[in-house]
Amino acid sequence: MIAPGTEPGLWQTARALAGRDLRLLWRRRGDALQPLLFALLVVVLFALALGRDPPLMAKVAAAVLWLAVLLAGQLSLDSLFRSDAEDGSLEQWLLAPVPLAWLVLVRVLVHWATTALPMIVVAPLLAEMLHLPHDQLPILLASLLLGTPLLSLIGGVVAALTVSIRRSGILVALLALPLFVPVLVFGAGSVAAAARGQDPVGALLLLGAGLVVALVLAPLATAAAIRISLS
Amino acid sequence: MLNSSNTPPLLAAHGLAFSRNDEPVFGPLDLQVDAGEALLVQGDNGAGKTTLLRVLAGLLRPGSGTIQIDGRPAGHRERAQFVAYLSHLPGLKPDLDTLENLNFLCGLHGRRARQMPGNALAIVGLAGFENTLVRQLSAGQKRRLALARIWLSPAPLWLLDEPYANLDLDGINLVNRMISAHLRSGGAALVTTHGAYAAPPVRTRLVHLGGAGQAVAGQSPVLPEVRA
Amino acid sequence: MNSLVRWFHQLGSPPTFDRFASRWSRVFTIAALPVLLIGIWQGIFVVPAEQTQGDAFRIIYIHVPSAWMSLFVFALMALYSAIALVWRIKICEILAMACAPMGAGFTLITLLTGSIWGKGTWGTWWDWDPRMTSELILLFLYLGVIGLYHAIEDRRSAARAAGLLAIVGVGLLPIIRYSVDWWGGLHQRQSVNVFGDNAVRPELIAPLWWMVVATKLWFVGSLLAKARADNLSREAGKAWVAQRLGTEPAGELQR
Repeated sequence: MIAPGTEPGLWQTARALAGRDLRLLWRRRGDALQPLLFALLVVVLFALALGRDPPLMAKVAAAVLWLAVLLAGQLSLDSLFRSDAEDGSLEQWLLAPVPLAWLVLVRVLVHWATTALPMIVVAPLLAEMLHLPHDQLPILLASLLLGTPLLSLIGGVVAALTVSIRRSGILVALLALPLFVPVLVFGAGSVAAAARGQDPVGALLLLGAGLVVALVLAPLATAAAIRISLS
Repeated sequence: MLNSSNTPPLLAAHGLAFSRNDEPVFGPLDLQVDAGEALLVQGDNGAGKTTLLRVLAGLLRPGSGTIQIDGRPAGHRERAQFVAYLSHLPGLKPDLDTLENLNFLCGLHGRRARQMPGNALAIVGLAGFENTLVRQLSAGQKRRLALARIWLSPAPLWLLDEPYANLDLDGINLVNRMISAHLRSGGAALVTTHGAYAAPPVRTRLVHLGGAGQAVAGQSPVLPEVRA
Repeated sequence: MNSLVRWFHQLGSPPTFDRFASRWSRVFTIAALPVLLIGIWQGIFVVPAEQTQGDAFRIIYIHVPSAWMSLFVFALMALYSAIALVWRIKICEILAMACAPMGAGFTLITLLTGSIWGKGTWGTWWDWDPRMTSELILLFLYLGVIGLYHAIEDRRSAARAAGLLAIVGVGLLPIIRYSVDWWGGLHQRQSVNVFGDNAVRPELIAPLWWMVVATKLWFVGSLLAKARADNLSREAGKAWVAQRLGTEPAGELQR
């Protein structure tokens, strides 16, 4: 009889998957910068459209930054599962000894770390370009740190639902953006509240609570969506 | 290798049927694979062989029927433990090299004891290609890499979808040798093929998926097949 | 109890559902007509004009029932989808997907009537009122479900995917409403009071209930009719369909 092999647990599979994704990202370093570039482009276009008006820019800076990050994030959703679905890797995840939801969670978090986190790192620079008042910057960063993982988790469900559709085009945006609304409202709204002298902590706490809930529920919904897409 | 009547078959399916858009794809079908056995699923293109394998692998839910693995109802745990599935799509990342791919897959699914990615590459004839990116391999070489992955899997039941595709005569012999070795050590294999030109030279059961989704299971040491 | 369960089970079979739907859709649609007429007549002629808004406010007798229906249908769609996902019942998939365009229609009516009413009362076609904004997002959710359903080739996978989206949507809907309300409150704008500044008088409410009942009846009738049509087209080529429609079995209905 075949001797029992080593069956990997949660931690080993997470390390294997994260390691693979980071290695893949390193092989295509150029692609990793694309969300960043898109966010920068959005900021530049907004500045051009608003007109050279620093006080006006300062008023809308936080909202524009949030939009840039959100739109760049929505565009990057396609890279979450599509390549794994196309080469047959995704199917094999269903046969792994760990729950599919766990693998999804690891994948989404690594994806967030490699697409959204760079944007957050660059956010202070973009904020400076838009003349964001300096006292709003910490709140903006906090809202981005809490909100972008939420966007990735919710976006994961949409990405999984559309992974088997060729050329989904505007469909991903149509599905994802309404679901993003609460995150955008509380994220950008927390900074807007602070700007008006109100307390931003309430909105940030709501984002945090949403993040905790999404960390559990979103991978489960995404796993169900993957199963439906692969059938 | 005779199966004692006490041990349940590695894989057993009863009344298995599947339809898509209300068109029957196959079934109702009864089949069984014991340790040390191979089951050959034959049929023309579009007869439902791949669908059958996907149902057995748990990717599709059958319209009716039950599947038992090792005597227990087939669930996620049983499949993860007992089933290794090789599909049309090899599940290899083009931007990683052969060793990196194998190491990842072992990290995800586990590794058969006493087997290492390095010697698996040698077994399939890819020694020397350790650091070659999968993107740079030919179709036949990619297929061999996929076989190396199956070889490393700790699962006893192999579900192989068209394993002979893209392989030259050398490759076909390789597949047969691997299946024979696997069966000798107590594993089992379910192989689909759309031609009678290649079959594992081991004691084989036969299922032929014919037209109108009919299926007939027969037993034959060598082909000729029984048509539906 | 057992016979009720058995009846539900039988309803899942396409020919039985066809018989059920063809009879009851007629009943409900016909029942809706008088109720609708009473509601409209009461709303237009019986109820006195409101002080500040004049006759413009009468449009709420379409606006409010539509708004309630838009939410109710989304919840119903999610419920059918959940049943379809768990128990894999094809009729529930058909019913869920039939709900979507109707719910979208109600949402659109809500938005249009709300917009007309807004123009009549404070002069703008759209002013980002939180409830209307939520309704607009609801419309996008509906369009998303419909879009996803039509983007996937296999009808059953498509219904399951769109159904999962509906379930996710219904879970997020309260959160979306809450966030949009919070967003509206940030600027402390006056929130819309449907009946103006007066206390709500009972005679103003009566037509509302008639209209609510009418829209529900009409919806059930239309849902059954649409589900029946979808069921027939999906089962086209089967013997029972040919028998029912009195034609020869002609193979797959081409779309």
